[in-house]
Amino acid sequence: MSAIHIPVLRLGQTYRSLDTIKFNVSGQPLEISVANSGLIRRDLQELAQSGEALRAIPCETLVGYMEKAAELYLHGHLPWGDGARLQSPDDYVAALSQLTGLPHSLGRSNMGKVHAAMSNIRAVISGLTRGMPLELFDRGFVRQNGLDVNFFAETNSLGVLLPSNSPGVNSLWLPALVMKIPVVLKPGREDPLTPFRLIQAMIAAGFPPAAFGFYPTTHDGGDTLLFGTGRAIAFGNDTTLKKYAPYRHINVHGSGRSKIVIGDDFAQDWPKHLDVIVNSIAANGGRSCINCSSVLIGKDRDKLADALARKLAAIEPLPRDHPDATLCSFANPKSAKAIDERLEEFLQVPGAVDLTAKYRNGPRLVEAHGQTFLRPTLIVCDDLNHPLANTEYGFPFASVLQVPQAQMIGQIGESLVVSAFTRDQAWSIDLMTSTNIERLNLGPYSTMRVQWEQPHEGNLFEFLYRRRALQGDLVAV
Amino acid sequence: MSSKLTPPQAQSALDAWTRKMIAWHFSPATGCDYWLKWAKTAGWDPRKEIKCFADIAKKFPHFDDDVLRTEQPERFVPKAYAKRPYNVFETGGTTGMPKQRVGWDDYKTDYEEYSDHYGPDFFPKGNWLMVGPTGPRRLRLAVEHLANYRGDSCYFVDLDPRFVKRLIGTGEMAMARKYQEHVIDQAATILRHRKITNMFTTPRLLENLAERMSLVKAGLKGVFVGGTTMTPQYVRFVVEEVLENKINFAPTYGNTLMGLAISKKLTKADNYSLTYYAPQPRATLRIVHPDNPAELVNYGDYGRVELTTMTKEFFVPRFLERDEAIRRPPCSEFPWDGVGDVRPFQSLTKTIIEGVY
Repeated sequence: MSAIHIPVLRLGQTYRSLDTIKFNVSGQPLEISVANSGLIRRDLQELAQSGEALRAIPCETLVGYMEKAAELYLHGHLPWGDGARLQSPDDYVAALSQLTGLPHSLGRSNMGKVHAAMSNIRAVISGLTRGMPLELFDRGFVRQNGLDVNFFAETNSLGVLLPSNSPGVNSLWLPALVMKIPVVLKPGREDPLTPFRLIQAMIAAGFPPAAFGFYPTTHDGGDTLLFGTGRAIAFGNDTTLKKYAPYRHINVHGSGRSKIVIGDDFAQDWPKHLDVIVNSIAANGGRSCINCSSVLIGKDRDKLADALARKLAAIEPLPRDHPDATLCSFANPKSAKAIDERLEEFLQVPGAVDLTAKYRNGPRLVEAHGQTFLRPTLIVCDDLNHPLANTEYGFPFASVLQVPQAQMIGQIGESLVVSAFTRDQAWSIDLMTSTNIERLNLGPYSTMRVQWEQPHEGNLFEFLYRRRALQGDLVAV
Repeated sequence: MSSKLTPPQAQSALDAWTRKMIAWHFSPATGCDYWLKWAKTAGWDPRKEIKCFADIAKKFPHFDDDVLRTEQPERFVPKAYAKRPYNVFETGGTTGMPKQRVGWDDYKTDYEEYSDHYGPDFFPKGNWLMVGPTGPRRLRLAVEHLANYRGDSCYFVDLDPRFVKRLIGTGEMAMARKYQEHVIDQAATILRHRKITNMFTTPRLLENLAERMSLVKAGLKGVFVGGTTMTPQYVRFVVEEVLENKINFAPTYGNTLMGLAISKKLTKADNYSLTYYAPQPRATLRIVHPDNPAELVNYGDYGRVELTTMTKEFFVPRFLERDEAIRRPPCSEFPWDGVGDVRPFQSLTKTIIEGVY
């Protein structure tokens, strides 16, 4: 059987590179074209035409295309690659599982998340623009509450370095197309499937092919993409963050270090919210940056930790197509081994105990069902300076600490999501005025909670567009 | 251009050349201080024990190029050249003392042979432009000599790769890009205002320059590049898009110690995979097992590149390059082994600053 070939998409042209990455998906060879950086640079010079292709379509129509694309993505048979073969949703989920270790159940739930982001695009855009009408993107100008408001795009494109850990993150770049900004994507090495399927769905729904750049590429190519687009998003770890932090046009999503902080008013009630905490830690296989990686409570640390450890230890590796599978395997077993060794090394530092060790059915690192897994791990830590206290790994992993409520905000450091279990008004104000929390959930909510009308992980509209002061009464648009 | 020798004839010529060069470098009348003293401490006489090229691999250890940093260049001057002032050519040296080699006419020999290989039509008559590392590098004199040898003149735009490596090493990517733009600005200015027919540059600079202008419209007819890894995809991109399938393209692999390895003319069957052939017998490239460099890898396999240079000016036995490549068989142009799809040694497992210029 000939290989399925996922090509480079050069703003409307498919291109087979001679450099490829080869995978095997259930006996079916899968080749991914790899773009060289010079090729990307040349294409980026043509972005003006991509923008024109989008600007020629009314925003309302683009919204309709996105809603249609949502259904095609979720239910449609779409091109696998550059050949005639079509990919069903089941094909996609199975291949995604093979490449990324995501069990089919989580693959489908991620599809559901991305579908929701697409089908709720009106609410998403409204949340990002704080309710401005869609014609803003057609005219660059709207009258709101008697005030003339003019926004202009600060970039001719959005470059995105995507990760492979979770397909759900693709929902972040989707609104750019409706805002008439072409996208230039570098897929994660193990997940070229999701962005390619999304692009195919969007093209089938009506979006102009010229609006999409899809460049599986090297680190050098990734840098080319980030520095060749006016606005870019990079996903990665702390190293990624450090590398790109100096550049204002790059929005870096590093480690999330998301947390649950339990206020004194909820400290007695933690047993009622145990499932919410477990969900925060273990949902989506613990792979998301919005998964909780630390739980802080003012008292009863050990009781809470013990209860969490029992629940987390009960999560077992299951076959990838098992309907109840929630644990992801590691596509690269060496990564799992390296993480396990690192954890064991850090556990030698006094002040941390792996509570799950005594409850789980075997070692943390396990070969099962033809895959390599790390079983969920809950660490009880004495202080936040311990190397396991404020960190995250790509599987269900969290620390539990006892910290006085008054010191929590000051000690948690940069945190992508904080779920604060509290009704304490004064502390809520402190949390809302803190500068180290990107998204704040007030109340006993999972860190994984997503509200479409609430922009999270930065506001894409504000990242791509800028408001201009507009005065005078001769606006002729 | 096809070779007149068969592979066995080329092997015989290499063996004869080996005996001649060993006699030269290890004779007190003609050899240099460094190798004569080395032979004394080694306890064996290469003139007696080296009968053919294969004996070099059996008897000599790998050359440690660090001596080119630590030893004075005078120690490498053959007695036969003692009365002629030498050129000092440098390699490497991002920080600290660079490695240096002495030379007289080798670069001329290499580049005349290169010129003859391509003949008059590949690089039509006209001015040359070199955009790349000049400074203390052999390349700068070599490219000018190439132009002069063909009856032409050469313009130069310098790029300091040590500065670029330093910027990248310290994470100053924005400054590295500015410097690259500065170099490209100068090259574009020359191309716009002077009649340039042929160019030497690095692949990366070539593609950057082509992002500013059509090189075909700029009047270029022949381009000669060397410097960094070129995967088949990269070569195809350069041929099809950068050179628009209209400019002759001559990729080379070389360095200060070896000289210049010419690439075999690409055919459809090559699918843009380059194979380079050393200027044998003056220099020989072998592809050896990384873990057992005494053994050659099989044809078609990747291994580490090992260089032996034997000219009257310079002797380097079994130097393990920081590159790996596929061992390729002799071809009609070159009746000896070639090295294909060269890339930095262990590039699949290490982070390497490469392709900076």
